[in-house]
Amino acid sequence: MPPGITFGDFYNILPELVLTAGSLVVLIADVLLPRRSGGWLAWITLIVIGATLASLVPFRETRVEVANGLIAVDQFALFFKVVFLGAAALTVLMSVRYLEIEGASPGEYYFLILCATLGMMIMAGGIDLITIFIGLETMAVSFYILAGFIKPNQRSNEAAVKYFLLGAFSLGILLYGMSLMYGLSGTTNLRVMAMTFAGQESDPRLILAVMLVAAGVGFKIAAVPFHMWAPDVYEGAPTPITAFLSVGSTAASFAMLLRIFLEGLPSMKPEWRVLFEGLAIVTMTVGNLAALTQSNLKRMLAYSSIAHAGYVLIGVVAGTPRGVAAMLIYVLVYAFMQLGAFIVIVLMRRQDIVGDELKDFSGLHVRHPFAAFAMLMFMLSLGGIPPTAGFMGKFWLFGAAIDAGYVWLAVIGVLNSAISLYYYIRIVVFMYVKKETAGSEPTMSPALGIALAVAVIATIALGVYPRLLFELAEASARTLGAAAITTAIR
Amino acid sequence: MNHLLSFILFTPLVGALILLLVNSRNEDAIRWIANLVAFVGFVISIPLWFLYNPQNADFQFVERATWIPSIGAEYFLGVDGFSTLLILLTTLSAWTAITERVKEFYIFLLVLQTGMLGAFMSLDFLLFFLFWEVMLVPMYFLIGIWGSDNRLYSAIKFFLYTLVGSVVMLLGILALYFHNHTVSGVYSFDVTLFHKLNLPYNLQWWIFLAFFLGFAIKVPMFPFHTWLPDAHTDAPTAGSVILAAVLLKMGTYGFIRFSLPILPDASRQFVPMIVVLSIIGIVYGALVALAQKDWKRLVAYSSVSHMALVMLGMFALNPVGITGSIFQQLNHGISTGALFLIVGIVYERRHTREISEYGGLSKVMPVYAAVFLIMTLSSIGLPALNGFIGEFLILQGIFVVSKVWAAFAASGVVLGAAYMLYLYQRTMFGKIENPKNERLLDLSHREFATFAPLLVLAVWMGLYPAPFLRRLDSSVQHVIARVSPEYIQKNAAADCAAPAPALAATPTDATVAANGAAAFLATLPCGPDGRPLAASTGPGTTSGTGADIPPSASAGQTGRPGEPR
Repeated sequence: MPPGITFGDFYNILPELVLTAGSLVVLIADVLLPRRSGGWLAWITLIVIGATLASLVPFRETRVEVANGLIAVDQFALFFKVVFLGAAALTVLMSVRYLEIEGASPGEYYFLILCATLGMMIMAGGIDLITIFIGLETMAVSFYILAGFIKPNQRSNEAAVKYFLLGAFSLGILLYGMSLMYGLSGTTNLRVMAMTFAGQESDPRLILAVMLVAAGVGFKIAAVPFHMWAPDVYEGAPTPITAFLSVGSTAASFAMLLRIFLEGLPSMKPEWRVLFEGLAIVTMTVGNLAALTQSNLKRMLAYSSIAHAGYVLIGVVAGTPRGVAAMLIYVLVYAFMQLGAFIVIVLMRRQDIVGDELKDFSGLHVRHPFAAFAMLMFMLSLGGIPPTAGFMGKFWLFGAAIDAGYVWLAVIGVLNSAISLYYYIRIVVFMYVKKETAGSEPTMSPALGIALAVAVIATIALGVYPRLLFELAEASARTLGAAAITTAIR
Repeated sequence: MNHLLSFILFTPLVGALILLLVNSRNEDAIRWIANLVAFVGFVISIPLWFLYNPQNADFQFVERATWIPSIGAEYFLGVDGFSTLLILLTTLSAWTAITERVKEFYIFLLVLQTGMLGAFMSLDFLLFFLFWEVMLVPMYFLIGIWGSDNRLYSAIKFFLYTLVGSVVMLLGILALYFHNHTVSGVYSFDVTLFHKLNLPYNLQWWIFLAFFLGFAIKVPMFPFHTWLPDAHTDAPTAGSVILAAVLLKMGTYGFIRFSLPILPDASRQFVPMIVVLSIIGIVYGALVALAQKDWKRLVAYSSVSHMALVMLGMFALNPVGITGSIFQQLNHGISTGALFLIVGIVYERRHTREISEYGGLSKVMPVYAAVFLIMTLSSIGLPALNGFIGEFLILQGIFVVSKVWAAFAASGVVLGAAYMLYLYQRTMFGKIENPKNERLLDLSHREFATFAPLLVLAVWMGLYPAPFLRRLDSSVQHVIARVSPEYIQKNAAADCAAPAPALAATPTDATVAANGAAAFLATLPCGPDGRPLAASTGPGTTSGTGADIPPSASAGQTGRPGEPR
């Protein structure tokens, strides 16, 4: 055992260990099971995810630093881990049928999904630049492969190459920023770093580091102007992967962002606040305006997810426990509504039709009332109309902005969400108003049915009775460098 | 009866859920269920009328339960006289609007009804906002799916307009919420708590603006009205009826329930702006209505004009004006709702709304013509019908503030008579020139049954408005106590009641003598020295020097009647 690392440390990262072991089990099962048993592999993957969720239970109240401050086990990380695992589970459920239709081999696919989830969990827990970067790489590399998983499909390949090249470039920028932070503080541990920087004069080199790290993270969350990759990758990647990418990867990147800036650089709060304020405004406005003209649903959802990243950035700008809680709430409700929308798109996929064009949804309401109703709920939720979860999320974000004195940011936010309704409603118009065309017949399967039902019920339930979610999110937000947040104002 | 409001609120929603489970091919069952639910929804709301106690100034039928304790949001329902009447109007118009349609139509209609009722009942601001937004989507579908030619454009216009208003209003709510927390240390959306709050003027100003955008678009006030004619014209009859009768009242309800009592100082400050916009709305709406060739569009523009009159009465900020404003909202709901039903009936038979297509209908449809006539007269405010009481109170309320404003408001009434009678003449009188009109069927029994309650109400409210005014009294007092406290002091002192016999000789005299509005009618026209205004050359008579002087200023200089000097 390396010095300074005890058996207790291993106990504290039990969920990560369970997930690692489980992903290996999936890989082995793929070899042992006969060909064409994708369904079985999916269920094994779900069991692994379930076991990981179960292994989180003992850590509900834990707040410790593990392995000399490499990873923190706290409620903040816990909240994100639940989001990641839930998103992964829904992604697996919607993948079964999709992989059958595409004729792709499921073994590596599920393994990579679990790997990506592991990376996200490490990102959320990491309080050391090294750990965070390792988590990020684990996640990113898995996604590079997954994006190009449909090998015969040219668009999928293009998506993978594009994502890989730009991703690698942005990771370089991020790493450069991180190395500057290390060079100026002499430590990679974020909490130690915060103490080192506390009370120091603002250093131009540190500002440069802040900008570089923000750019690197901005790429991951597809903030404007680092968003160019998103529409192409979203459109080209296999639909379930697009869904997982837009929810899991974005959520993990927000966790990383909060860890680095709120835990590591609270002393630079005035500087990065300005930076993120600008990013938030530009991101939500550009995302929404670009989404207005899209006729491909996956592209439209790509731009809409850019806009949503802009909304969530409002929470960072607020930088208060309320802002962090708002981000946690938003990330969770976003997972359900965004994944739900993608589940409906997967439903439309058939052998001959991709099913992601707007016209494929014409008259869906007649062909499949439940799918149409579900999509209606997801669109309303994404647009922030009560009584759906999306409203509660926006309510928190804009509330946090007003509470922190950023009224104009809130005004721009609500005007943007009014704009966004225009393109969300357009889908609804196609489903409910337009005449039925010879579009694709939705293909329902038990797995898809479960996934869709879970997403719809969560989207409505969290909109009508969000009490538990709010309490959990507030408690979790308080564990994020509580001291750091409250003493941040210089 | 502790949960009466919840029953009223959720009956339509339960009906919608039941309809969801019925096979859409089973049309008879769907129609029966929908009509039954709407009828039951109306019947169970009737006890509100009898059980409501006008003497009790507090909110009644209160229900309170925790909802989201961490942010202080509650499931908090309660009604006063104002919301009681609006709830009854809602259930009544939902019942009359229900027609023979497909399953989804009924579902959207019933969900819409729950949204409207919830907005009128909620005393928790977040809950209110929830219901307020819930109304948007079903209305969008009612227009977008079952509307006429240009329905998609009209539907999205309606949707985006109201959405922009309401999201800005949400920010106002949040600002109020956080300010309340700073002051009192508790997170709460309790509206009754906000009614007691004294906000700094600067904050009031901004919040008023945010609320104004939300409510004024809904009313709709002059520069924000452009969605209304489109939405009305393209909506199906049921949609138009609900829109006119209830949805527009959301805006005026919002002003009276939230803007005036929570933000009294800002409300006073904004009087000139709102008055000018209202006067423009009254005249402009009426003139545009006069020029319309489309029957339904004409009624839609008449709505713009009438609602502007309602706003003008409200921002007289005195008891008579506000009472008249509320009363006129009910009138507008009844008469304009009925007018849209009337258009709907000939549209169903002829599939055109062009006024020039009609003419001489009174020959073939005498009953229809009679109903139309009564509703026309109600709409233009003929004495003995409901419209007169409302317009009279509004004009009186505004007259004591400014005679110039009153003159403009009265011109709207005259123009109203012009466009309605001109419409009536073109469609009902003369020879039947269009052969297609020769065989039109008169009202069926079912159709007449739809109009019957509206006719009864129009006559009842016109001849004996006291039960309605009595129910409004405490609501009005509550608002006035916040926004113009000097009137309350005056009433309490009662040192100016001498000229009551002379002035109470209005058509409403004996019947309303018991209530506060009537007491105000009696007490108001006195100078500060206690002499009757009519005989006085004192400052009271000069208060109406024109719209260019803000009333707060004019009240400060010349002394609003009853203001202590």
